[in-house]
Amino acid sequence: MSVAPPDATTAPGRVGSSTLRPDGVPKTKGAFAYASDLQDERMLWGATVRAPLARARITRLDIAPALAIVGVHAVLTAEDVPGLNAMGQIVQDRPVLAENEVTYWGQPIAVVAAEDRETARRAADAVIVEYGELEPITDLVEGHERGLVFREHKARRGDPEAHGEVAVEGYYEVGTQDQAPLGTEAGIAFPDTEGGVDVYAVSQWIHVDHEQIVDCLGLRPEQVRVHPAGMGGAFGSREDLSLQVHLCMLALHTGRPVRMVYDRQESFASHVHRHAARMWYRHEADRDGRLVRVEARVLLDAGAYTETSPAVLNNAVYFAVGPYQCPNVFAEGYAVQTNNPPSGAMRGFGAVQSCFAYEAQMDRLAVELDMDPVELRLLNALETGDRLATTGQLIEEPLPTRAVIEAVRSLPVDADRPGNDPLGLPGGTGLTTPPNSVVRGVGFAVGIKNLAFSEGFDDYADARVVLTAAGVEVHTAAIEVGQGMVTILQQIARTVLGVDQVAVIFDDTSLIGSAGSTSASRQTQMAGGAVYRAAARVREEALRRADGDDLTGAGVWRDGTVVATLEELCGSDPIEHEVRYRHIETAEPDEDGQGSPHVDFSVAAHRAIVDVDPELGLVKLVRIDSAQDVGRALNPQSIIGQIEGGTMQGVGLAVMEELVLDRGRVLNANFTDYLLPTFLDAPPVQSVIVEEPGSWGPFGAKGFSELPTISSTPAVVAAIRAATGKALTRVPVRPEHIVGIE
Amino acid sequence: MNVHFTVNGEEREAAVQGPESLLFVLRERLGLLGAKDACEQGECGSCTVIVDGDLVCSCLVMAADAEGTEVLTVEGLATEDELHPVQQAFVEHGAVQCGFCTPGFVVATAHLLEHQPAPTEPEIREALSGNICRCTGYGALLRAVQSMGGASP
Amino acid sequence: MDIDRPRSLDETLAAAGEYPDATLLAGGTDVMVEVNFRTRQVRRVISLRGVADLSEWNGTRIGAGVTYRRMELGPIPALAQLARTVGSPQIRSVGTLGGNLGTASPAGDTHPFLAACDASIEVRSRDGGTRILSWSEFLTGPKLNALKPGEVITAVVLPEHLPARQEFGKVGVRSAMVISTVSACVMRDEEGRTTVALGAVGPTVLRAARAEEMMSAESHPSAEALAEFSRLVSDEVRPITDHRSTEAYRRHASGVLARRLLERCLAA
Repeated sequence: MSVAPPDATTAPGRVGSSTLRPDGVPKTKGAFAYASDLQDERMLWGATVRAPLARARITRLDIAPALAIVGVHAVLTAEDVPGLNAMGQIVQDRPVLAENEVTYWGQPIAVVAAEDRETARRAADAVIVEYGELEPITDLVEGHERGLVFREHKARRGDPEAHGEVAVEGYYEVGTQDQAPLGTEAGIAFPDTEGGVDVYAVSQWIHVDHEQIVDCLGLRPEQVRVHPAGMGGAFGSREDLSLQVHLCMLALHTGRPVRMVYDRQESFASHVHRHAARMWYRHEADRDGRLVRVEARVLLDAGAYTETSPAVLNNAVYFAVGPYQCPNVFAEGYAVQTNNPPSGAMRGFGAVQSCFAYEAQMDRLAVELDMDPVELRLLNALETGDRLATTGQLIEEPLPTRAVIEAVRSLPVDADRPGNDPLGLPGGTGLTTPPNSVVRGVGFAVGIKNLAFSEGFDDYADARVVLTAAGVEVHTAAIEVGQGMVTILQQIARTVLGVDQVAVIFDDTSLIGSAGSTSASRQTQMAGGAVYRAAARVREEALRRADGDDLTGAGVWRDGTVVATLEELCGSDPIEHEVRYRHIETAEPDEDGQGSPHVDFSVAAHRAIVDVDPELGLVKLVRIDSAQDVGRALNPQSIIGQIEGGTMQGVGLAVMEELVLDRGRVLNANFTDYLLPTFLDAPPVQSVIVEEPGSWGPFGAKGFSELPTISSTPAVVAAIRAATGKALTRVPVRPEHIVGIE
Repeated sequence: MNVHFTVNGEEREAAVQGPESLLFVLRERLGLLGAKDACEQGECGSCTVIVDGDLVCSCLVMAADAEGTEVLTVEGLATEDELHPVQQAFVEHGAVQCGFCTPGFVVATAHLLEHQPAPTEPEIREALSGNICRCTGYGALLRAVQSMGGASP
Repeated sequence: MDIDRPRSLDETLAAAGEYPDATLLAGGTDVMVEVNFRTRQVRRVISLRGVADLSEWNGTRIGAGVTYRRMELGPIPALAQLARTVGSPQIRSVGTLGGNLGTASPAGDTHPFLAACDASIEVRSRDGGTRILSWSEFLTGPKLNALKPGEVITAVVLPEHLPARQEFGKVGVRSAMVISTVSACVMRDEEGRTTVALGAVGPTVLRAARAEEMMSAESHPSAEALAEFSRLVSDEVRPITDHRSTEAYRRHASGVLARRLLERCLAA
């Protein structure tokens, strides 16, 4: 194990160096093409008719007034869906367009295409829809009691009769967080001349989009080509389809390219959110602080359709105990169907909700035991050679839980006391809080999550590496969501091949096999693993062709001399290798949730320092310290960026981010009232990169980018609790909770 | 109706429909796609441009009312061969991830440094508090701007 | 859509007189949100951008076209304090005092200041001449004001003598770019006469009259007097629960904020 300084560098452009991202220049110039920038001279604009209620029968649907508007080319409803009127990557149950009934606020009912955006919007307004409102189910507990459950999962391990001497118990709640990527859903579809279609739209996994689009359009797979498109962030929100099928339907119907760009309200309405959660926990420990028994019951609000809820729910249960050992665990979870906005993937994927609860429990336990909360965590830390508390899976890969805890603990805790500058005080420029009204608190939290896909899923990534006279091409369907995929793949290919000129080409579904989803912290290991192996084969062939012993941009070398330039080597015959890379097989757990469903894990720790104005309930984050397990740091600058950005999304959940619902309708589907942390809210984040190389990722690298979002939320809330003495069992913590009045 | 204004030093004329925003006209009529549309209510700064020397959200400027103004967008900062120093600093310090907020941040930072060549950390944070970044957590942005302290933009 | 771009006040009043239903466009920071969200139909616009007369600021007469940025840098302490909390730098560089009155949001950030100092609003029209309305006559309800068709807000007139001790504060969940949960302005003159106005806790900005009366009688307020002041403010506000906050919190925070602002006045 080593703790690397963030600026560690090796050769420029190679693995280990803070190589600059190649898309940085066009992005700073405003020249990078995002999905919302794609257009065509012949295009029409699309718009969507959406339900204003969370649950209702559609009693009348009349598109004639919209069709009568000059410039309107198509108005399509459920009956126009050519194939299966259902989407979903696990269960296809969400209608492309609502038929007879609506089950969530903002559900699409009809789509229109018109000559310009304004006409399209007017046409959408002109579609007449009448509703018979039904009572929406919006209460998670009520939904559970009524048996409206998409998935339940249980983990039963150890002795049901085992108990500890010290017990703590509590209920915890997590509000609905939105990914709020800055770029909204957008795309364009082009009909081809033979009844097929090309679609360019926001996506985290174009091949799984492709499968669903093909089904919905009733076309043959080769008739649909799904292309990646520039994306203004994702964070899970692009795992499920949004406008893709609508675009294709309109393009096929009109014979023209059709473009759609959602506005912010539509964006909130159209993509899945982080599951709201209600959790009950009981922790029991012996007098020394060793966990003896953990019981947990987790309810997740799945919304109206399945989406990825089964996987999110299972994750919440798998990581119900966190990065701790415990021999006796009885945990159960339910993904509950409601008429609240649909839930699905968001950075942390179920592990976020549990972590908020189990870390609060660990702090309570420390109080009961009169123990230092960090010591309690170290005592119970789950490490290589231990078994995951919920599944009993043996941890075989490096898991430096103690190291991340120690790394954060060893950072100096002192920070400047608040001065008179309001920017350093709760309330900021609002001038609410004098320095003498401030109480400081420090909180600590640790989180764990699996990497890549689990439970026996055939998880693979394809990549093709081509060596030509001009350099290297890397072909992949992995998605650059902003995380730096393009840089990492370049670095891996450069390092393996010794050639600096590397172009990463993000192909469409007809040109390359699936890379799997760009999510689950998996692409560095999966797409990166495929590129690593394909590049190695290219190198082998290059050396074989020229009977050499080394390869660089100059060509193949033998005994210190270039024996074939790249032009000579592959000028007329490029060297090309395609690899389908799989990680080791996982398995579905048994009915008690026991087994080895995961391939790997990562851990992170956070310590938050906050200043609280208890009388007004306002919070100023002073600093956050973080340590992150990364296996091996392939690009330290990019890692720091992921830690800082992920941490801030956790901060947002801790103190401000929540969709406010009324009868299933979102009251704050805009950036005036869905508050994201600003530059002034963001504390400095001090990050330690912990390196303990894994066995299977390229160069020992592990994925990790979800982790910073998991433990930052509980660390911040723990700090507020420490400052105020309030229980604070719900996030986001609102001023009224700190003050103690509703 | 047509509006006439100067965009990045060039006289331009654009057809404008109704009360649509300067942002929409820049993007959809003039092909200047650098300013980004993310909230349309002045709460994210992705569409930030400079109009007659003022830093503004172009989504909140009625295009028809921009007649006779001088508009500077992100496209007007770099020269043919060289990035603007703010752009260079953003690239070097990893201040760009998904990049959707980047054009707005670049314009706002250039405007800040033009008026305040060596801002303190709190001044940087306050001056850029109208620009939301969802990816970076602002750390790399801060380091990028700080790296330019004292340098004339 | 048609747009008029008057260059003088007379031209402005003439245009407003001719098109009394026209949308008056100043900084655009409220109007354009409604345009973008399709909640406002705009058929004719009178742009106030080029009307230099409206941007004049002479002592206690502040033109309706004065931006938050200028207020932020201006000489009136509480006005500068509140201006700094409005939106973002991008909003402050174009948003105007007149616009804040035209929109008449219950959370309008300038309102507590205007109410605390008993400012008047000057409105003019081609046919009706000049009307001077007190802030309470002008602000009539949530997003409602006393402006008649054809009238233009031209200026805010402050009293000749503003108390030197004047403090503004605004509670919001975020450190910047946030709509107020509660905002308040407290002023106290040399005789101890105290005014307190609160925003976002009623249909319009409101004054806490009993708290003012009680505190104005205190020459050297004790801790008990401050607590009583706080209690009276909490009692007098009329907040609601909405997606931003709760009635109980707003009531509580009103009292705390008003007390702290008064303490700042007393310490000054």
